[in-house]
Amino acid sequence: MSRSAAAAAGLGKDLVGIEHLGARRITSILDTAEPFKEISERRIKKVPTLRGLTIVNLFFEASTRTRISFEFAEKRLAADTVNIGASRSSVAKGETLVDTARNLEAMKIDMVVMRHWASGAARFLAERIPSNVINAGDGAHEHPTQALLDMLTLRDHLGAIAGRRVCIVGDVRHSRVARSNIFGLLTLGAEVGVCGPPTLIPPHMRELGVRIFHRIEEAIEWAHALNVLRLQLERMEAGFVPSLREYNRIWGVSRARLAVAPEPLLILHPGPMNRGVEIDSDVADGPHSVILEQVTNGVAVRMAVLYLLAGGRPEKAEAAKAEEVA
Amino acid sequence: MSPRPLWIRGGRIIDPAAGLDATADLLLLDGRVAECGGEVEGPADAEVLDARGLVVAPGLIDVHVHLREPGGEHKETIATGARAAAAGGFTSVCAMPNTSPPIDDPASVGFVVAEGRRAGGARVYPVGAISAGLEGRRLAEIGEMVAAGAVGITDDGHPVMDSGLMRLALEYALPFGIPVADHPEDLGLSREGSMNEGLVSARLGLVGKPNASEDIHIVRDLLLAELTGGRIHLQHVSTAWGVEAIRQAKARGVRATAEASPHHLILTEAAVEGYRTDAKMNPPLRTGADVAAVRAGLADGTLDVIATDHAPHHYDEKESAFDDAPFGIVGLETAVGLVLTHIVGEGVIDLPTAIERMSPAAARAFNLPGGTLAPGSVADVTLIDPARAWAVDPSRFLSKSRNTPFAGLELTGKAVMTIVGGEVVWREDGSG
Repeated sequence: MSRSAAAAAGLGKDLVGIEHLGARRITSILDTAEPFKEISERRIKKVPTLRGLTIVNLFFEASTRTRISFEFAEKRLAADTVNIGASRSSVAKGETLVDTARNLEAMKIDMVVMRHWASGAARFLAERIPSNVINAGDGAHEHPTQALLDMLTLRDHLGAIAGRRVCIVGDVRHSRVARSNIFGLLTLGAEVGVCGPPTLIPPHMRELGVRIFHRIEEAIEWAHALNVLRLQLERMEAGFVPSLREYNRIWGVSRARLAVAPEPLLILHPGPMNRGVEIDSDVADGPHSVILEQVTNGVAVRMAVLYLLAGGRPEKAEAAKAEEVA
Repeated sequence: MSPRPLWIRGGRIIDPAAGLDATADLLLLDGRVAECGGEVEGPADAEVLDARGLVVAPGLIDVHVHLREPGGEHKETIATGARAAAAGGFTSVCAMPNTSPPIDDPASVGFVVAEGRRAGGARVYPVGAISAGLEGRRLAEIGEMVAAGAVGITDDGHPVMDSGLMRLALEYALPFGIPVADHPEDLGLSREGSMNEGLVSARLGLVGKPNASEDIHIVRDLLLAELTGGRIHLQHVSTAWGVEAIRQAKARGVRATAEASPHHLILTEAAVEGYRTDAKMNPPLRTGADVAAVRAGLADGTLDVIATDHAPHHYDEKESAFDDAPFGIVGLETAVGLVLTHIVGEGVIDLPTAIERMSPAAARAFNLPGGTLAPGSVADVTLIDPARAWAVDPSRFLSKSRNTPFAGLELTGKAVMTIVGGEVVWREDGSG
């Protein structure tokens, strides 16, 4: 890679979202993740790349898999990590987000990985502290590392992103995964569809250049890959869909529905799955499901993001992983 | 003791109520306008003000401000709000009742009147609550509040969701001759929303308030005013269809008045980009098509008055995630500059019409004194330098709060002197 290309691939201070990254940066992160995949296959899964850096995983919403994925990525790069969990109720009574951030900063940290219930929270934090901020999900806005690992998985299987058709199925309205995927896939030249009941699809999505399907059969006929979103029980309680049973009958991804596709579709799911609601077990466990590969790729992508934000150069990633922990 | 006579010489007097726009003198005596027009001979003890190059207007009136007292004194008090109003060129303001406790009985109305008198800035007129406790269940003591000095009623901040209660309010208010003001919003459609529903909200992952949430209540209120013969005043109209509905209702003879806020005349939802909490208000900033419609409504008189919806908040409250921040921006000290630069300057309305929308029309909507410089009327006068270039610097506001999306904006046109009851309560050089 030329010098200017490496500079263009620099991530800057933070990873707040995919929307403004540009194709070059996204591709650079995906390329950087490739060499890191192999570290997790070793017996000793650790390189000294981030030795001495302190990373805080600040989770204002419960999350098991994203937090653990980040923690593995951090530990495999030899960073020191601290996990902080804070529920909305305890925060509501106590200090503000800006005070939490300033207190962490005062303890001299290097990076914050944050999950927060409010859209825009990651940017809010990034604008106020000098540490690197990685958005691990902010409200219904973005979840950039999830989209990156989805795109890495799609690229592994489809050979490329450009020109491929990817349909995001389910609760697009409330989904940060959907938004980050839409921004990233469109940037890389994919055709993007969204499919679900109209109550869960914001109509203005069309203006982003996204194709809207209200019938899952049409989406299956059109797409090369489906990214199936979790349907949360709260959505039924809030009246967006009448029942989970009806949702499964009309929008659930089943083997029978997939059988009409001209060629097999790649099946992704960001997890955790509601088997028998948005996806049937024989699809989730079927031959075209890449759901567990997504989890594996998640660690590699997060290692790449941590490495790049810490100042690592994409072209040096291969050399970095050859170092050994002393 | 009455103030020294004021002899204001050589200004461009614009008094839309009297159809006057001419270079002339104005003499204020004993708290009243003594003479207006032509060359006036002032008494020997008069203070002479050289108003050449300035516009001399009837005192500006803002019928929609939140002064936060009692209960929100860290954001604003009646005193700081009245002085901020004077610094913005306003001689009268109407204070909304959504304080804590709310202004929903004669004693609390009396408190606002008394604090307003002590403030020594703009006149402060209380607007009482429609419903007891702003709870939307039963009428507040409307007659008693009017007797104590309330000039209108509203549950502003809380729309009246029960159409039956709104009907009762419009009927019950009839003998008191006051307007019933409503913040039109159907909470069933908008409750979780923090900005306009559209492409920007879809991208930012924020819940939106659709135009329909405002339109439905505008139409409802107009129908109820038609049903009852009551006087409806629609606050901070922000939607294209809302403007059209008011236009049609007025053509049918419905007794309606309506407001446009400077921010809804100037900004779109794009100002929210970056989760800017100083662009979070209710109703939200909407699309360019809505801004164009609100401008057209202001130009043809469908929207009678310009009102700021001055909504001060402490910086701690706005320094938060977008969803967690309160709605509202301050407006008193930027309104004149914004209107002159962006509404008059961009040819939406001419200067006399702008003054009409900010003074006599406001006085008519709430039956307030002022709004004219005709001899015998109250000596409330605003002097405006239409050529004064300045930049919005929130650190210089007299308001306690700084929450404005217009910080740093370069404007042309500024109020340079505010006179209430013949007394200079504010002047640009600070000696007021």
